[in-house]
Amino acid sequence: MHGDVHAQFAGVTRVYPGAGGHAPVHALGPINVDLHKGEFFAVVGPSGCGKSTFLEVLAGLQQPTVGTVTFEGRAVAGEVPDGVGVVFQEDASFPWLTVWGNAAFGLQRQGTAPAEVRRRVDDALAFMGLKDFAKAYPSQLSGGMRQRVCIARTLVLQPRLILLDEPFGALDAQTRLLMGDEVLKLWRTTGATVLLITHALDEAAMLADRVGAMSARPGRFIEIIETHWPRDRDSTIVAEPTFGEITGRLWERLRGESLKALGHSGQPPAAALAAE
Amino acid sequence: MTAMRRAIDTTIIVIAVVLIWQGLARWVGDTALPGPAPTFSYMTHFVPSARFAENAAATATAFALALLLAYGLGLAIGVWMGAQRLSGEVGEPILITLYSLPKITLYPVILLIFGLTLSGKVVFGAIHGILPVALLTMAAIRNIPLVYLKSARTLRLSPWQAIWNVLLPATIPEVLAGLRIGFTVTLLGVLLAEMFASKDGLGFLIINAMTLLQTKEMITIAVVLFSFAAVANAILLWIEHRLHRRV
Repeated sequence: MHGDVHAQFAGVTRVYPGAGGHAPVHALGPINVDLHKGEFFAVVGPSGCGKSTFLEVLAGLQQPTVGTVTFEGRAVAGEVPDGVGVVFQEDASFPWLTVWGNAAFGLQRQGTAPAEVRRRVDDALAFMGLKDFAKAYPSQLSGGMRQRVCIARTLVLQPRLILLDEPFGALDAQTRLLMGDEVLKLWRTTGATVLLITHALDEAAMLADRVGAMSARPGRFIEIIETHWPRDRDSTIVAEPTFGEITGRLWERLRGESLKALGHSGQPPAAALAAE
Repeated sequence: MTAMRRAIDTTIIVIAVVLIWQGLARWVGDTALPGPAPTFSYMTHFVPSARFAENAAATATAFALALLLAYGLGLAIGVWMGAQRLSGEVGEPILITLYSLPKITLYPVILLIFGLTLSGKVVFGAIHGILPVALLTMAAIRNIPLVYLKSARTLRLSPWQAIWNVLLPATIPEVLAGLRIGFTVTLLGVLLAEMFASKDGLGFLIINAMTLLQTKEMITIAVVLFSFAAVANAILLWIEHRLHRRV
C-alpha cells in the first residue's frame, strides 16, 4: 500500500516575520513527512495550528523558512508546480464565467486545443454531476455545487497531487458526507495523491488512508494514524466500529491541543483559570 | 417581460414629469417656466439652428476632454491606491473629504488660473469626475477576494494573464459604477463652468437666455441636457446590470 514517495517535507519550518512591532509567529514545524504516491492523506488539528500553512508550503504558495519541500523529486520553490491542483475553502468560482467557462478556465489559459478543452471539460462536468448546469452562472448554484465547479476546474488539468484546503468547511453536515463520497470517487478514478486539510475529525477518519494529527501552533505532527480502509470505501463506513475507534483516538490526541488553541494551557479549563 | 415592465416604468415617469412640469408652469406663470407645449414647439426650430449646434459642439468638446481627463486620472489614482495598501490607507480619507467638498467654491481659483478658456471648463469638469472614479476603482481592487489571486497562481497563470483574466473581470462591475457616477458629475462640472464664466456652450446659453428672459430657450436647453444625461445614464446602467446579473 505504501508506494513511492510523491512529496516530501524535510525539516520544514515556517515563521511569519513580525510586522509593525509584532513578534514573528512560528506557524509550522519542524515537519518531516512523506506523502506516498496515490495515497489519501488527511491533516486534522485545532484552528490556527498551521495546517493551511502546511498545504500552502506544499503548493508553492508560501516558502518554507527552513527546510525543503519536494514534489516528484524536485524542490518546490516560489511557484505552484505543474501537476498540483488546489481547492480552497472559500468559494473561488469566478462569478463572471459560466460553470463551463469556469471549468475550462485553466486549460484555455494554457493554450490547449479547443477540441481537447471541450472533451476534458465535458468529462469533468459529467464526473462532478454538473452536466446540466454547464450554462449556469455560479450565483445560480448552491455552495456545494460551486465547490464542485472549483474541483472540476482543477480536475481538467489532470493533477497528480490534489490539495484540498477545508473544501467542505462552509457546507452543512449532510452535504459534507456526500461531497466526501465524491472526493473518494475522484481519488480512485484519477489515481492522484490527495492531501485533505480539515478540522472535522470524522471527515479525516472516513476519507483518509493516513491521518496526521497536528498540534496547536507551531503545527507539528503528534501522531500519524493509519486507517487501513479498503480502497473502494464510501461514506457508509461511518457505521463501522473502527470508524468510531479512529475518531476517538484522534480526539484523544487533539483534545489538549484544541484547548491550547483556545488559550488554555492544556490542563482542564478550571485549572487553567485558577492559574491565571 | 422585464424589458416590457421597464418600458412601462419609463413611460410612467416621463408622463409624471410632464404633468408636474405643466402644473408648475401654471402655478409660477409663463415668464418663469413655460409649459411643455410651448417649449416643445420652440425646440423644433431651435435645436436644428446653427447657434444651438455651435454651442452644443463647444460643450461636447469640453465634456469629452474633461471625461477623458477624469477617467484617465481617476483610474490611475484608483488602481495605484488599490494596489498599494499604505497609499490607499493614507489617501482614502483625503479623497472622501475632497469628494464631500463643494467644489464650486474652488471655481474662482480655476477661473483666475485659466481665464475664460476651454481649459478652465475641462479642468473644472474633471475635478468633479476624478474622485468617484478613483474611490470606486480603489474599492473594487481592494474587494477582490484573496482566493481569486491564489486560484490564479494555482492555475499557473502568468502575471499578465492574472491581470487580464482575473483582476479585470473581477473589478469591472464596480469600476463601471464609478465611471457612470463620474460621467454625471463631470457633465455637471462642465455646465457649471459654462454658466459662470464662458463665452460659449449650452451652460452659457442657459444663463444668457435667463438674463434676456428667453425662458423658452432656457427650458429647451435644460430639457435637451436632461434627456442626454438620462439616456447616457440608462445606457451605462444597462451595461452595469448586464455584468451584475452574472455576479
